[in-house]
Amino acid sequence: MGVGIQVQDLNAWYGSTHTLQDINLHIPANHATALIGPSGCGKSTFVRCLNRMHETNPIARATGVVKMGELDIYKDASPVEIRRRIGMVFQRPNPFPTMSIYDNVASGLKLNGFRNRRIIDETVERSLKQAALWEEVKDDLKKKSGASLSGGQQQRMCIARALAVDPEVLLMDEPASALDPVSTSKIEDLIFQLKSQYTIVIVTHNMQQAARVAENTGFFLNGKMVEFDSTHKIFTNPRDKRTEDYITGRFG
Amino acid sequence: MSSTPMLPPRPPIDFDTPVMRFHRSRRKVTNIVVSGLAILATVIVIAPLVAILVYLLYKGASSLNFNFFTKIPAPVGEEGGGMANSIVGSGIILVLASLMGIPIGIAAGVYLSEFGRGKFLANAIRFTADVLNGVPSIVMGIAIYSLIVMRQKHFSAFAGGVALAIMMVPTITRTTEEMLSTVPHAIREAALGLGVPKWRTVLSVSLRTASPGIITGCMLAFARVAGETAPLLFTAFGNQFWSVKLNEPIGALPLQIYVYAISPYDEWHRLAWAGSLVLIVMIMVSVTLVRVFASRGALKGGN
Repeated sequence: MGVGIQVQDLNAWYGSTHTLQDINLHIPANHATALIGPSGCGKSTFVRCLNRMHETNPIARATGVVKMGELDIYKDASPVEIRRRIGMVFQRPNPFPTMSIYDNVASGLKLNGFRNRRIIDETVERSLKQAALWEEVKDDLKKKSGASLSGGQQQRMCIARALAVDPEVLLMDEPASALDPVSTSKIEDLIFQLKSQYTIVIVTHNMQQAARVAENTGFFLNGKMVEFDSTHKIFTNPRDKRTEDYITGRFG
Repeated sequence: MSSTPMLPPRPPIDFDTPVMRFHRSRRKVTNIVVSGLAILATVIVIAPLVAILVYLLYKGASSLNFNFFTKIPAPVGEEGGGMANSIVGSGIILVLASLMGIPIGIAAGVYLSEFGRGKFLANAIRFTADVLNGVPSIVMGIAIYSLIVMRQKHFSAFAGGVALAIMMVPTITRTTEEMLSTVPHAIREAALGLGVPKWRTVLSVSLRTASPGIITGCMLAFARVAGETAPLLFTAFGNQFWSVKLNEPIGALPLQIYVYAISPYDEWHRLAWAGSLVLIVMIMVSVTLVRVFASRGALKGGN
């Protein structure tokens, strides 16, 4: 089951650039939350702070409190543990090119030392079914490289790979921006189904996409969160003038 | 909603003027000339290699027989004899050198690329590796002579292996570093994002993705030291008799070729040619075997 995330006074820097300023936010469990805003506004940095990927960059640093349920992810757990429990799907599909489709999906389990073949087999099948890719790849799971799939299939494989380690939260950083409309709509259907089991945070440039998949939407601008509310409210009756300007296309 | 100003209509462009036709044919000619130069360069590079191999076959093949691979060298004045001890000795020294040089070389490359970026120690190691790459091989032999042979008070196969291993390390380290730096950052992030620890990401994802290039580097280093004579002169020393012990002087093909080639006897000259042929074939076979073995696990559609 998914779990909610509470963010308090989150600040983040790349070198001397202050990319995130005093973010406060509650992401409810088992809902999809969309983050919108112009390029460079800090949305990606924000989601990377939620699973401590931000700190893999040597010049990056973050302060503040991020709680997953009762767990303070910066104090009470290791980054490795957090990244398993908070999965991530990246903007561009990033399959492991030397691994088969099967090994790509199983990689999170195998590389963590998990050895039970039967459970790995079951997990690979279940995850690929959850990602709506099973029917397309079931015949050459171990024969084909993950990199041989089309872009849309690769991205669904990456979603399956993230689901295979049984995360509670799924972070998606513009998961459909490199894909064609058909693949995009498949990914959106997927998000719709997955949110009953996971808490989903999705960064997107596509406002229709936010409106279609997310219950709540946050608007970021210049490293600050300008407004956070139900998606319906944001798109029909935003409180802030800047939000209104952005969603009506007056800038960005 | 859109406020982009209308651009003035664009005048039509004529792509069929004499000047444009001239440039088109000029590009065609340039293409042919440059392709021809590239082919010529390839031929110039390959031709001496083929010539050497053919000449070795011509000079050495006639002296190759069963005895060459089974007998030890015959004393001066006696007919026959072979290089069995040197062939086995070379094999032992090279296996020893690879067992030491390849793990150390790869480990150092991993440190440079994955852990030491921008650190003083990494820059120092990189500089040392580049300098080590340029050290004449005879100097390496003398260094190992004073470090190992002088202390043990005897020549040994082990000392020869160490000398060759040290010569392999810089090439392997630098290729490993280069190859790891071509692995896209997104692939590492994918592994880290699954909750895979960094050491495991390096071993199972970065190294695995870079492995074809790293294997090439190891093969280059191996082929380079397989024919080295100078570092073995004061370390493995050579041996006219059977020995497979690591702490005793051992025969090696390059040493045996050297001894025979500077001798005054025609029979020994012929054996030196045969030894050279065997050495080159051994290197070619081992490089090919590794390539075939490494490409067997490749998947459809991977890269």
